[in-house]
Amino acid sequence: MLETININFWYGAFHALKDISMKIERNTVTAFIGPSGCGKSTFLRLFNRMNDLIPDTHLTGECLIDGKNIYSKTVDVTGLRKNVGMVFQKPNPFPKTIYDNVAYGLRVDGESNRGLIARRVEESLKSAALWDEVKDKLKKSAFELSGGQQQRLCIARALAISPSVILMDEPASALDPVSTSKIEDLIHTLKRDYTIVIVTHNMQQAARISDRTGFFMLGELIEFNDTKKVFLNPDREETQNYITGRFG
Amino acid sequence: MNRTAEKLAESLLTVSGTTTGIVILLIVFFLFKEGAGFFHHNDVEAGYALCVNGENAVKNLSSGQIKDIFDYETGNWKEVGGADEEIVPFRVSDIINMYQEAELGENYVLLPEKIGETIAKTRGIIAFIPVQYLPESNPEVRVLESKRLNPSDFFMGKDWMPTATPAPQFGLLPLLAGTLWVSLFAIIIALPLGLGVAIYLAELAGERTRNLLKPAIELLAGIPSVVYGFFGLVVLVPFIQKIFDLPVGETAFAGSLILAIMALPTIITVAEDSIRNTPQSIREASLGLGASHWQTICRVIIPYSASGISAAIVLGIGRAVGETMAVLMVTGNAAVIPHTLFEPVRTIPATIAAELGEAPAGGIHSGALFVLGCILFIITAAVSVGAELISKNKYKNI
Repeated sequence: MLETININFWYGAFHALKDISMKIERNTVTAFIGPSGCGKSTFLRLFNRMNDLIPDTHLTGECLIDGKNIYSKTVDVTGLRKNVGMVFQKPNPFPKTIYDNVAYGLRVDGESNRGLIARRVEESLKSAALWDEVKDKLKKSAFELSGGQQQRLCIARALAISPSVILMDEPASALDPVSTSKIEDLIHTLKRDYTIVIVTHNMQQAARISDRTGFFMLGELIEFNDTKKVFLNPDREETQNYITGRFG
Repeated sequence: MNRTAEKLAESLLTVSGTTTGIVILLIVFFLFKEGAGFFHHNDVEAGYALCVNGENAVKNLSSGQIKDIFDYETGNWKEVGGADEEIVPFRVSDIINMYQEAELGENYVLLPEKIGETIAKTRGIIAFIPVQYLPESNPEVRVLESKRLNPSDFFMGKDWMPTATPAPQFGLLPLLAGTLWVSLFAIIIALPLGLGVAIYLAELAGERTRNLLKPAIELLAGIPSVVYGFFGLVVLVPFIQKIFDLPVGETAFAGSLILAIMALPTIITVAEDSIRNTPQSIREASLGLGASHWQTICRVIIPYSASGISAAIVLGIGRAVGETMAVLMVTGNAAVIPHTLFEPVRTIPATIAAELGEAPAGGIHSGALFVLGCILFIITAAVSVGAELISKNKYKNI
């Protein structure tokens, strides 16, 4: 379970997230929507401490995963990231073979059992609905795949280390409609085993795939509720305006 | 109007591109043509001939054998396939010891005759004489046939004595060994150091440190090589001599060190740029999978920037192989095949620089220096083609 309590976040002097509290249940799909620059990606990246890479940032509040504050000093960041996988906006496979891409997380974790790695690679590629397309060219470079395949490879890569949470930062925004629908189907099936948090610009997508939706604007969480409720009968006027396309 | 200007600019660029290409090809062609000319020379100096007594069974001698004979290292004809007879090397100047000046006639007109007499009466003689004094009419004098230079003597030769008479020695091996030896160790020193600094600057150093260090390192690349050579001569050479307790400090090791220092800025700058150009998304992907910073550097960033790093290596090796002045100043320039790092060596570029001034144009010596130039060219070309192939093969899809 993910939970944030009064999160505030600054890029330098810019106050990017304002007092955000939220609870995300296990094995659900949660979508974050909102206009560009509203802080939804920043918020997503808090959960695996990706924002640590950006210099001159500052955070207050608590961010809990299964009750533990992941920003406490004793937390092992690499261990956290193994538990919280991430899929990025643009497919970003490593300059390695398809097989080595998926095996990467296991290998950096010190796994050296080849049989186990091979099994995990196959399972992950199957879970990511990519196995049938690549099983004959596992030793080929990942760059030979199409954009959609590369993105599913990145999902498989994240699955290989058995995380409990998967963060997706606009995973389909660089893809064609066919690839996008494949990724959406995939998210549906992954929900059984993983907690998924997804940032998307595409409101139909949010409506199609998520159980709960959070609407962000100017660094504030305006509304967070069941997806149906947010799209059909939002509590707040800003949400209504945004989803009906009056701004944003 | 605009259209014409564009067309003009395009054609200007095309012309300049083509001209540059042609000039480069012409330079290479010229180099190899001059180099090939070397192998049309004979092994005995032009304008001279070697003569033996008519009864001598030896038909011809290799240039190495000739050299050994005139160095008094070979003393008996049977060592070179003749009868058991002591060899008597003879140069024209020796005639002065045998005859009074008056006996040689006015303007030395009688010199050929006297030389003929001398050769006829000394069975073991081998005489090195200018062709104009050749006693051609004397039946007891046989002129040894002089041969074309043998390429294998050049490429396998172990002596570089370009001004030896009567047979100059052009053996590539000591120079090639010197060049490779010095360059190899320079690269062995510079590569790990350079890559280490590049990784440090790109990944670990703070903004402040980098802003200070990087311009300083780039500044090093602009220092003229004579200055490095001077530094090497004054500081490094005595230091090495003292530390390793050597008879001389001018050694291959000093050359390697200087070269390493000179190659470092190039290696660092090029490698650092390529490491910094690794996309942020790739780093995030690796860190997002729970890899540590160090694992990310080793497993993702370095492979990703492999082509830039190999470019850095090639530029470094290129600098090391081709560097002339600094090496000339600190390596001691003994054309001997080195066995350890702590012996004087002589590199190919240093040889060209040191000897071209005293080699008559079009002569055998300058021809030999051109062949050295060709070999240097081939080495550097091979290195860059090799690096290209390696980086292409391994990461052909980036």
